[in-house]
Amino acid sequence: MEGDDFKYVNDKPIYLFFYNIYSVYKFIIRFFKEVFLPPYEFKEIIKQCYDVGYRSLALVSLTGFITGIVFTKQSRPSLAEFGATSWLPGLISIAIIRALAPLITALIAAGKVGSNMGAELGSMKVTEQIDAMEVSATNPFKFLVVTRVIATTTMIPILALYMGFVGLLGAYLNVLSNENTSFIAFFEHGFGNISFLDIFSSLIKAIVYGFTIGIAGCYQGYHAEKGTHGVGKAANAAVVISMFMVFVEEVIIVQIVNSMRPL
Amino acid sequence: MRKESLNIERTNPIISVRGLEKSFGSLKVLTGIDLDLFKGENVVVLGRSGSGKSVLIKLIVGLLNPDKGTIKVFNEEVDELGVKELQELRLKIGFLFQGNALYDSMTVRENLEFPLVRNKRNLTRKQINEAVEEVLDNVGLLQTINQMPAQLSGGQRKRIGLARTLILMPEVILYDEPTAGLDPVTCVEINNLIDEVQKKYKTSSVIITHDLTCAKSTGDRVALIVDGKFGYQGKFEEVFTDKNVEAKNFFDYNFIIDK
Repeated sequence: MEGDDFKYVNDKPIYLFFYNIYSVYKFIIRFFKEVFLPPYEFKEIIKQCYDVGYRSLALVSLTGFITGIVFTKQSRPSLAEFGATSWLPGLISIAIIRALAPLITALIAAGKVGSNMGAELGSMKVTEQIDAMEVSATNPFKFLVVTRVIATTTMIPILALYMGFVGLLGAYLNVLSNENTSFIAFFEHGFGNISFLDIFSSLIKAIVYGFTIGIAGCYQGYHAEKGTHGVGKAANAAVVISMFMVFVEEVIIVQIVNSMRPL
Repeated sequence: MRKESLNIERTNPIISVRGLEKSFGSLKVLTGIDLDLFKGENVVVLGRSGSGKSVLIKLIVGLLNPDKGTIKVFNEEVDELGVKELQELRLKIGFLFQGNALYDSMTVRENLEFPLVRNKRNLTRKQINEAVEEVLDNVGLLQTINQMPAQLSGGQRKRIGLARTLILMPEVILYDEPTAGLDPVTCVEINNLIDEVQKKYKTSSVIITHDLTCAKSTGDRVALIVDGKFGYQGKFEEVFTDKNVEAKNFFDYNFIIDK
């Protein structure tokens, strides 16, 4: 028994919970099967990368810049108490590169990109556009899901790196407004406290978040129930599940990375 | 009565359905459907809303799985086909959705190119353009080629949906409520278009409708679903006789424009 047939027969919440987990697992397996097999939808991948990456630039820039300024402003008084304001560049770089840049980028993407995917695919599902692709002997999964998940998985790490840079720029401007520090000195001090593991783990985190947001958005849209209510529910679930999963993954990855860090 | 039919080859059916059953939970929709569609034939499936007409053609094209029974299309059992075989079979079957299912983020041209470029990968850009323009010309909407679906009227959207179906040159077309939601004049235009398409592309069709004007003008044979199975089958005039009570009732509630 598959798909909707299962849901009709086993409508108890506990069955549906396990059914949904199994269904997500199958969805992910199908993604890995189809991502390597031709035909490749290069044009659609580029379009999705443009939508996910370029169209999020303004929001990511603004958020990153403000995060850098606010975080520096809030940290200064505490460090000033110990006469340690010279540690600001190092502290801010660690916080932004290790945690804030990938996490905030992922949360923005979950809200902006995840909801968009849930609503768009959900709307295509309820208006039978996905069925129309299937009956015209094309593979809707490859065109709609694989392309979007590739786009989020590649673009969110790039956005996270970019946000890290913009955040540090905001932090530098705040530092500059209080004391005369050169751009080079700020960044030298900041990056002096950053190791390869920090940048590498941030990238890995952003890749995992990107994949999660893509899968959650596409899964919810692809399995949207009939009607406008189904579309709204899919968009909402895409955001909520993405954000929840991002935080769970953050905790797990931080534990793993910290265990790898030299004492 | 249909004006003119193609020569129907009543030897080996293109679509053969036997003992088809489908339920959704406790709701039994189809309880034993038997249907044959022959080459060159148009079969109209009539029935009340929720009687399982659309479910029947979704089962035929493999969008749903049957609970019981067999569906053979071009002698291949749909339920037993693998993904690749099913895709190959679907190249021979066109499907016009009730709501048209046009890809609303694409222009008319892109809608038509979508199935073509993915199924006939050796075509040149010139051949693709020619195919798109020819099929749009056949449905009388060449001028809409660069428009978005949202800019089209209901009747135009139906025509574009049909054009997208035709671009792969299917041998069978499954129409799901082709005249639903259209004004009477546009309904007649769509009925005429179904006839023209059959003659030009030599297709066979299953037409799902509850519009008796459409049934009368496009069907060689009419089948009426009653309680999940075909209550009556035959020519339009034969089905709607005084003896067939359900058919008579169905007929009485409809208004026919006899054109």
